[in-house]
Amino acid sequence: MNKNNIINKNISRRKLMKGVAAAGSIAAMPGFVRYSQAASSAPIKIGFQVHRTGIGAAYGRWYDRTTQAAVKVINDGGGINGRPIEIVAEDDGTDPKRGAEALEKFANQHKCDVAFGTLFSHVVIGSAPRAGELKLPYFVVSEGHHVASGMLNRYTLQPGITDVKSQVQAMAPFVRNNLGKKVTMVYPDFAFGHDHRDYFSAAFEAQGGQILAKVPIPPTESSFSKYFPKIPRDTEVLYHVMVGPAVLTFVKELGEFYGNKSPKLFGFIDSVEAVDLSTPGLEFLDGSYFWEGNPRYAQSNQTEHDKFYRSAVGVDENGASVSDSKDVSTYAHMFGCWETLHIIKNGMEEAGYSGVGDRSKLIEAVESMSNMPLSQAHPQGAKIFNGKTHQTFGHQYITKMTNGKLVLAHTTSIEDTFYPDEVDYTQQSF
Amino acid sequence: MKRDLFIHLGAIALLFLLEILGIFSDYHQGNFARILVLTVYGIGYNVLFGYTGLLSLGHALFFSAGLYAAGLSIYHLDYNVGQALILAFCFSVLVSLVIGYLALRTVGVSFMIVTLMFSQIAYLCILYFGGITRGDEGIVIQQSSRVFLSLDLSDPTIRYYSALTVFSFCLVFNLWIARSSFGRVLIAIRENSDRALMLGYNVQLYKLLAVIISGTISGIAGASYGILFGYVGASFAAVPYSIFPLLWVLLGGAGTVLGPLIGAIFMFYLIDYASDVTDAYMIIVGIALLLVTLFARRGLLGELRYRFFPWIP
Repeated sequence: MNKNNIINKNISRRKLMKGVAAAGSIAAMPGFVRYSQAASSAPIKIGFQVHRTGIGAAYGRWYDRTTQAAVKVINDGGGINGRPIEIVAEDDGTDPKRGAEALEKFANQHKCDVAFGTLFSHVVIGSAPRAGELKLPYFVVSEGHHVASGMLNRYTLQPGITDVKSQVQAMAPFVRNNLGKKVTMVYPDFAFGHDHRDYFSAAFEAQGGQILAKVPIPPTESSFSKYFPKIPRDTEVLYHVMVGPAVLTFVKELGEFYGNKSPKLFGFIDSVEAVDLSTPGLEFLDGSYFWEGNPRYAQSNQTEHDKFYRSAVGVDENGASVSDSKDVSTYAHMFGCWETLHIIKNGMEEAGYSGVGDRSKLIEAVESMSNMPLSQAHPQGAKIFNGKTHQTFGHQYITKMTNGKLVLAHTTSIEDTFYPDEVDYTQQSF
Repeated sequence: MKRDLFIHLGAIALLFLLEILGIFSDYHQGNFARILVLTVYGIGYNVLFGYTGLLSLGHALFFSAGLYAAGLSIYHLDYNVGQALILAFCFSVLVSLVIGYLALRTVGVSFMIVTLMFSQIAYLCILYFGGITRGDEGIVIQQSSRVFLSLDLSDPTIRYYSALTVFSFCLVFNLWIARSSFGRVLIAIRENSDRALMLGYNVQLYKLLAVIISGTISGIAGASYGILFGYVGASFAAVPYSIFPLLWVLLGGAGTVLGPLIGAIFMFYLIDYASDVTDAYMIIVGIALLLVTLFARRGLLGELRYRFFPWIP
């Protein structure tokens, strides 16, 4: 065994020999083998933190497929600076502790160049401190406001997907002008739901609307009927958002409660993400509106870029897998993986990235990005990246369920999603 | 020096030597820092389950009590690490005392359920008071706040030695308990509490002391975890984190001082290596756990003690 395989510090030969002798059996274990520095022709290693198990598994499955498709497209096009991408995937169990361990494995075991992935915000927040300590660029696809809020660090960026604060505030004018001015909100009683509660209610009231009631639902809940009577009778619009394995139960029970006499419904697609909308019991959703990060159904004005992206990932025009029409994708979110990988590619090429010593150059290159036009690399739409807050801003889509399909009703401008900067990460040192 | 003392102090010395001699790669140095903190949690659990025979399903409550006492005091009150640790220690003692006093009014399955319920209450409180705790997302303790005696606790080497120091104190304390008359009373309660009562011991008081010691050590583990790894989140108060220490203790050997360490290492690397082999790594983990359960029912160290080394405490 090469002594360099297990030693990471400058030590004397005597100490080295002692160490090797004492650790013989341990060092023989396969995981203790260190990986040598990547040569310039070696693949770019990207650690992919993926929700394979836990509450985020449905998202993780599609994040994985999208990632594999993006890597194939990039590699077929010559890779990054002529080097192919190699994905090193690790399950984070949708758990912050495991997420942090995955980053350690990427940085110290696999010697990945960067890490990316993962949706659930608690995993990102639990992992980001380690990314900063490991000085590992960590590109998240999470939607959370945690990046732009300033609670993380310079090594954590979210350039491929917009955050929940910008999404919900962009919805407020549409809801106020088209659906009604008296809104009741139903949301999960944890941080993601609280972001909806706080940011939407503030934006909606600024539009002259009124929040009649806020109905939080505990995260451990599996039956929702008892919460619906709390919705005031004079509610004009019911704003709903739910996540997790119980979403189908949630919408079904909502339908059973209201039948065809519900107030106007406006929901975040999270409530039915990865759910087949032809499922019996969901007919009541016809006529209701949804926010979508990216429209699940191919629209009449579908761009060539969405067509290419959809085909490359293996998604049909209804947003389901081409091999199984019941396997519905998380189309509203997973584009973030595709776009983030293309941004990493562009950033590395811009920075002349050659190895882990250039990580800070990569971050500076991404920070200097601004306009990201609609293209094959950005099939969801054009974006404006804010290098100071490490957060991207982009169009949001509102679709209406019509005859069982989600049809585009409104597209926000990028400017609708702006809010004042809350942090300037570029002031932090590397 | 007696051989049991030699073995346990030797284990601590070995862990110091592995670092001093530079045996660990960066990856395993980080892993072991984490494992040592989690082992402290296992040691706390073992005092109650392994030695006293009380099966708690709510120990995440104690772990998160220390975690949040330390984390929130640093985050909201600008406490330094030393102050946060003292607060976490005191809060863990208080929480253990109250929970122990209430939960010990029950026995057996009821005790398991009551501890589980208390733990769920704590978990939901963390979510409910999201304005302070940031709920499930949790809070980040910035690197600049994680400095103790001018030492940057986010530095990998300092973190490892810090974790090892906490672990060493708790292991030695656990060894002292196991060798003391107090510990023998706990074992007597585990084996036959009626007989211990008949012999004149205040069984209820001993059980309460065991809960306090167990809960406080678990709280110290939580505080150490938050400070060393910079994250405080509600997931650490959820049910799985009450089950993990039970698994570590069962795998390593309930009622053995080194059992939690062996169990935590085994569990950590089983998952680590299995996930390198296949995406379906939990199947491998499950099969491995089944095999250990079938062929080493007393846990790895417990089986060794049963077959070869009956003197192991």
